[in-house]
Amino acid sequence: MARAELMDFDKALELFEPVIGLEVHVELNTTTKMFSPAPNPANSAYHGAEPNTLVSPVCLGLPGSLPVVNGDAVRSSISLGLALGCSIAPSSRFARKNYFYPDLAKNYQISQYDEPIAFEGSVQVELVNGRVFDVPIERAHMEEDAGKLTHVGGSTGRIQGAEYSLVDYNRAGVPLVEIVTKPIFGAEADAPELAKAYVSTIRDIALSLGISEARMERGNLRCDANVSLRPRGAEQLGIRTETKNVNSFRSIERAVRYEIQRQAAILAKGGSITQETRHWHEDTGTTSPGRPKSDADDYRYFPEPDLLPVVPSAELIEELRAALPEPPAAHRRRLKAEWGFTDLEFQDVANSGLLVELEETVKAGATPAAARKWWTGEIARLANAAGQDAASLVIPEHVAELAQLVDAGTLTDRLARQVLEGVVAGEGSPQQIVDARGLAVVSDDGALIAAIDEALASQPDVLAKIRDGKVQAAGAVIGAVMKAMHGKADAARVRELVLERAQG
Amino acid sequence: MSEISAEQVAHLANLARIALTDEEIGHLTTELAQIMHAVEKVSEVATPDVPPTSHPIPMQNVYRDDVVGASVLSVDEALAGAPERDGNRFVVSAILGEEQ
Amino acid sequence: MSDDLIRLSAADLGAKLAAGEVSSVEATRAHLDRIAAVDGAVHAFLHVAGEHALETAAAVDAKRAAGDKLGPLAGVPIAVKDVLVTKGMPSTSGSRILEGWIPPYDATPVTKVREAGLVPLGKTNMDEFAMGSSTEHSAYGPTHNPWDLERIPGGSGGGSAASVAAFEAPLALGSDTGGSIRQPAHVTGTVGVKPTYGAVSRYGSIALASSLDQIGPVTRTVLDAALLHDVIAGHDPLDSTSIPESWPSMAEAVRRADVSGLRIGVIKELDGEGFQAGVRQRFHESLDLLAKQGAEIVEVSAPHFEYSIAAYYLILPAEASSNLAKFDSVRFGLRVTPDGGGTVEQVMAATREAGFGPEVKRRIILGTYALSAGYYDAYYGSAQKVRTLVQRDFDAAFEQVDVLASPTAPTTAFKFGEKLADPLSMYLNDIATIPANLAGVPGISVPAGLAPEDGLPVGIQFLAPAREDARLYNVGGVLEQLLEAEWGGPLLASAPDLSTHELTATEEGAL
Ligand SMILES: [Mg+2]
Ligand SMILES: [Zn+2]
Repeated sequence: MARAELMDFDKALELFEPVIGLEVHVELNTTTKMFSPAPNPANSAYHGAEPNTLVSPVCLGLPGSLPVVNGDAVRSSISLGLALGCSIAPSSRFARKNYFYPDLAKNYQISQYDEPIAFEGSVQVELVNGRVFDVPIERAHMEEDAGKLTHVGGSTGRIQGAEYSLVDYNRAGVPLVEIVTKPIFGAEADAPELAKAYVSTIRDIALSLGISEARMERGNLRCDANVSLRPRGAEQLGIRTETKNVNSFRSIERAVRYEIQRQAAILAKGGSITQETRHWHEDTGTTSPGRPKSDADDYRYFPEPDLLPVVPSAELIEELRAALPEPPAAHRRRLKAEWGFTDLEFQDVANSGLLVELEETVKAGATPAAARKWWTGEIARLANAAGQDAASLVIPEHVAELAQLVDAGTLTDRLARQVLEGVVAGEGSPQQIVDARGLAVVSDDGALIAAIDEALASQPDVLAKIRDGKVQAAGAVIGAVMKAMHGKADAARVRELVLERAQG
Repeated sequence: MSEISAEQVAHLANLARIALTDEEIGHLTTELAQIMHAVEKVSEVATPDVPPTSHPIPMQNVYRDDVVGASVLSVDEALAGAPERDGNRFVVSAILGEEQ
Repeated sequence: MSDDLIRLSAADLGAKLAAGEVSSVEATRAHLDRIAAVDGAVHAFLHVAGEHALETAAAVDAKRAAGDKLGPLAGVPIAVKDVLVTKGMPSTSGSRILEGWIPPYDATPVTKVREAGLVPLGKTNMDEFAMGSSTEHSAYGPTHNPWDLERIPGGSGGGSAASVAAFEAPLALGSDTGGSIRQPAHVTGTVGVKPTYGAVSRYGSIALASSLDQIGPVTRTVLDAALLHDVIAGHDPLDSTSIPESWPSMAEAVRRADVSGLRIGVIKELDGEGFQAGVRQRFHESLDLLAKQGAEIVEVSAPHFEYSIAAYYLILPAEASSNLAKFDSVRFGLRVTPDGGGTVEQVMAATREAGFGPEVKRRIILGTYALSAGYYDAYYGSAQKVRTLVQRDFDAAFEQVDVLASPTAPTTAFKFGEKLADPLSMYLNDIATIPANLAGVPGISVPAGLAPEDGLPVGIQFLAPAREDARLYNVGGVLEQLLEAEWGGPLLASAPDLSTHELTATEEGAL
């Protein structure tokens, strides 16, 4: 397929105003599914279960089976709606969205249509340049996830060219909240970054509420990005595309940027945009056309007759409102003060979308400074190299453990980086890797002294210099000792001992 | 009033995933028009002031506790009725369309 | 002895079992023998679970011998409409698309029946997915009316009604979406009850129209219906629409039956044009008998009932089109692959083309149309408003009277094929039964005699306000006593003797 023509980003913004809209699906981490008492694979206790082991007759859409609403999922949805600044509907109801697809057991999805549980909200999102943006929320509604397809045959593992597909219904019925923004105007050149920062903020909110594992790489958080352009000065909105499968923070930014550049090139040539879904390709950083909108999109929504209206009492709503954590903006102000970071240091963390990781790492026992150093330093570097989000590489508890091992003198920084690589490679916790690879610093002075004496004996000129008071000459000996110890020694301690032995 | 064309019936059959024959489409076009003509009379009394009823016995807030239930199936029960399976998964032919 | 056992009411059989005069194995075997003898002609059953039934019966006998406290119907055989899923027994809902499917779970009413010690004999025939009023739409061939084998047994639950009328089972479970329990009762001289919507769990009932479906008893006597009602009713947390409150005993309502002072409303709109003369005659004679016992008969009007059929034939197909989408060849049931293979879309479409009968396709297309973009408000939306108006008619009527009465259906049993080519005239059969489903109120059909012009059974329907099912058992119980006193025994005693048909029973190759 010919690569789409792209317009230079700055040029595109000169000619057109980008308007974006974002749909984020949040998988709730309740113990059981939305309408079925089967275990919920979006709860980490059941993550990675064997195919079709987390299903009941309801998940498989067996004849005669009936849905019953999970009360905790409703509470989580209300909490999320409130955290998004939404009004909670005094009465909302479920509807059936009818379409045939093999991952959709009943061939209809139970969702909400004309009466969503939450509507009309706003979320504050902060950008790298310090700009604070109010993203308007249209609605948040409850629905169920579909199962998972694996395409077999063909070369790519993609749906095109596959010979057949396999269906696992474990994910069928996982509780979802779909959050839909209104069209977002005025982001201009910040639009790609805003899209990323918005999803990152939704993740922070979901995590602070404890209602989702919110791990993008597991699909707990999924984003569809709508992009349209309108010529400068035009009133009417342009035709939009909806890019699906954008499954990492950096991809969201790249995908929005790509669509702006692609659409601008078409429009500038006098072409028109096709209203369609597009697929994001992580590997090439491009989008490709999917299904055009058609009258096959007639979902024949109607009120779900098997379920009854959700009518939360004012008391319940107030109870959940009172239990809300601070809003992200206030939360950030507090963290910054508590951690004693400079503006620049804090921005650095916030912009990397790593606030929650840092917070968790500090909670797990690391100092804020150490947590910042690891996340924005080595982990960010590894993530960049792998083309992944830092948060997907390692869990905060392991980072805290690593920082504590350094603090205790068990690891040098250099050793700690080796251990981190092991953690990222999935070899276990830092302590396990230290044990398995024998990486701990040699803290036995006897072994160090033996090595130092040997090094001093083989470099008599250096020994003389040290005895003359030229302390910096000790460096050569320290280097030799560290080499002999395979780096598993604390350089400061070696230096102390070298000076001591040289005088001896 | 209800004019229904064969093309429309073919479109409905496609939405409903039934590979109707041309003959069936022909019959159904006639029957659908007759039936719709008969049922159209609902609009005579369905004035804006009348609220719709979707549940005959009004109830609300019916919830289940978030605990794993006894109805969870074993893998073999889950796959017992499958026309075709591969290991623990259901097998379907190649898919033409995309996810919604 | 065996012939006596099958002619007992369930209540009497239950009493004999409790007294140790007969064992459940004997009673079960007697019914299995009867099925073997007459079901070739009647074709009430799609599946007979002979061995399994005898094992169940033996287990009940063992419990009784061990001194366990058992319910009044323990050990009594029962037939189950194939709309209900049954663990270990095929469940097809009368459709080719589910042929051979054995569900991994029991429907809640089946669980309750098993827990009460009843003995499931097998699964009964029905119009495919309960769409029909004659059982002619079963993919497995029609059921024959025991009163006249050339005639329909009603539908969709013709199998359950015929099994009871032919003495193949003392009790059966049915489902009623627009009259599928009551109309077969009317044409077979049996008793059928559609409880209040939500009284009996729908969990495990293969859904036709979720907001209309209701499971209920099919029996030969009002007391038997009440006893079975008491077994199957009650809250089920697996069905969100199940009513949480507890229920009074329906059997008590029958035993204390008394209509003095009861106000009975005759629905003007269901007592005139379109109703067969003999049907109306028996209806009015029944009312006269009740009046003599002190009931007050008044005429009431339900002006919106004339819109019921129209609303019903929008709501039902709409819900059914969605409920039947799950039959797609992926997880269970039939799979038909087009010649030379095909995409999953083509396999699904070919399967549904081959697996669904003409009436099912007709209603799916109709429902798809009624819900499609641009038509929703005019059709489905308007139908739901009619539902409100029908409910208001009921509310107004029940301000004046305790129960309502009408003939159960306009005519006696018609001949096979008579209405098959004209779906609209078939739909008119349900004119008297549909309003109760739209409003969720309970209804009973009780035998009212034979129409003088054709000698075929006629039923009378009573309707009560939602949750007042006991009123139906009260009035039904009184009327049954009065009529049987006049007839000198149950109506079914005058049904033709089916054993003469034994030898000619071949054509459907039942079972
Ligand atoms: Mg969406
Ligand atoms: Zn969604």
